[in-house]
Amino acid sequence: MTDAARASATTPTAPGALPQSRGSSLVGAILTRIRVFGMLILLAGLWQFVSTRVLDASTATLLPPPSAIVIGAWELIETGELFRHLRDSVKRELVAFIFAISAIPLGIAMGWSRVINEQFDVLIEVLRPIPPLAWIPLSILWFGIGDTQNQFIIFLGMFFPILLNTITGVKNIEPNLVHAAQCLGASELKILWRVVLRAAMPSIVTGIRVGLGVGWMALVAAELVGANSGLGFLINDARTVLRTDYVIVGMMTIGVVGLFIDRGVRALGRWAMPWSRAMAQ
Amino acid sequence: MSVITAHNIGKLYPGHSAGDPPVRALTDVNFTVHDKEFCALLGHSGCGKTTLLSMLAGFEQATEGRLMLDGKPIGKPGWERCMIFQDYALFPWATVVDNIAFGLEMRKVKAAERKRIVEEHIALVGLAGFENRYPHQLSGGMRQRVSIARALAVNPHVLLMDEPFAALDAQNRATMQREMVRIWDHARKTCVLVTHSIEEAITLSDRILVMTKRPGTIKADIVVDLPRPRNEDDPAVIQLRRQIRELIQDEAPVEV
Repeated sequence: MTDAARASATTPTAPGALPQSRGSSLVGAILTRIRVFGMLILLAGLWQFVSTRVLDASTATLLPPPSAIVIGAWELIETGELFRHLRDSVKRELVAFIFAISAIPLGIAMGWSRVINEQFDVLIEVLRPIPPLAWIPLSILWFGIGDTQNQFIIFLGMFFPILLNTITGVKNIEPNLVHAAQCLGASELKILWRVVLRAAMPSIVTGIRVGLGVGWMALVAAELVGANSGLGFLINDARTVLRTDYVIVGMMTIGVVGLFIDRGVRALGRWAMPWSRAMAQ
Repeated sequence: MSVITAHNIGKLYPGHSAGDPPVRALTDVNFTVHDKEFCALLGHSGCGKTTLLSMLAGFEQATEGRLMLDGKPIGKPGWERCMIFQDYALFPWATVVDNIAFGLEMRKVKAAERKRIVEEHIALVGLAGFENRYPHQLSGGMRQRVSIARALAVNPHVLLMDEPFAALDAQNRATMQREMVRIWDHARKTCVLVTHSIEEAITLSDRILVMTKRPGTIKADIVVDLPRPRNEDDPAVIQLRRQIRELIQDEAPVEV
């Protein structure tokens, strides 16, 4: 416990920041890196021990040891199964995202114009609290089982975070930026395109990050019940044949890919907007 | 020719909530700013001087009276009345060059011509070598230089300045005031400066309009007929400063 506490306490310090000689700083750097994973390695070891030595064979089926999971992962990778499901999931996420981009112009219009805001606000306030998952039964009736239904659910998950963050971004624009643009002779359309969209962009990217995250969660749920492929389908399908190792491999893949999507968008935002303090965090 | 005339200007703001009495910000404001004159609106905070400047820019409308540029009523904001803001209002996503070029793009100036004008103004405000920096990489004084260049680049008829150096520290403020004298001497425009600093008004202006406290109106119209650059130790400047200080002292807002 103290190890973990110390490890987490030292993580924020960059390895090079410590006043050390060159040789030991490399070792120190490696040690610092590894120390972060101390708790993880410890728990994995404990898990391995419990699964193989403590549990009887039938119970161990429900909690396969990490070694079995690694083997299961290798099987799924070798047969191309994992990649196929991953590809289908990511494709659904992407297609839904392309549709969800429509939230950006709508959000800009709503943040900019009081009249448009009035018209859409009630509608959105009514629809927004309905969780995307609550749309699953209706959407299965509408679209059947498969890509369209899944994409619709993911779209719903993405749309509102992007919309709300865009509106906030537009409303929080420094009024003097708009004034300055007016003083420099910009028309309203030019102001929207050249000033408002750019000034709101950090907030829009935050919306996209949240939206992709919510969409990814909704995706898995949608695939659990309404798909013949994808990571959500994979873990549910593996459950029916009691391949718990595949279930866990699928879960881990979902987590890691979700993390990578988020990190990717963040890196993209930082690269595209070096001027934004919000993006630097 | 760019002459500003204000005729019986008044401004009434509605109360904060329904039922509150309306608030009068300005009453019976009359003045003329002559062509190529540098005119300061001097007053304590809350006297309505910024409201007056916003009306000149076209961000706000007067509730009474007529505000005119060259005999035509002032309407929507436009490049012919360009404003320099206290907080610079630079576009954070654009480099120095792109900030200065923005107004020229809006005015559909051709690329080659644009480049020439931008370079000329970068040289004028002394920003050579910083062309590709972003605003967040510049000091406050340099940001205001960009802002001045951006405003002058569109060649406005009138330059409006809203406490342009108030956010700077004393050293930088003095430097920028000297710079402004130099730049204005070069660019010669009708200029309206809003300030609460007597020194700043004296350093820069041909004329100083001293405002009363709220509801604001013009209390005194003082012509500053002294050669530039002005020395703060010059007896004439000291005399003028004392005169204005006495005028403005009675107008200090009541502390809450």
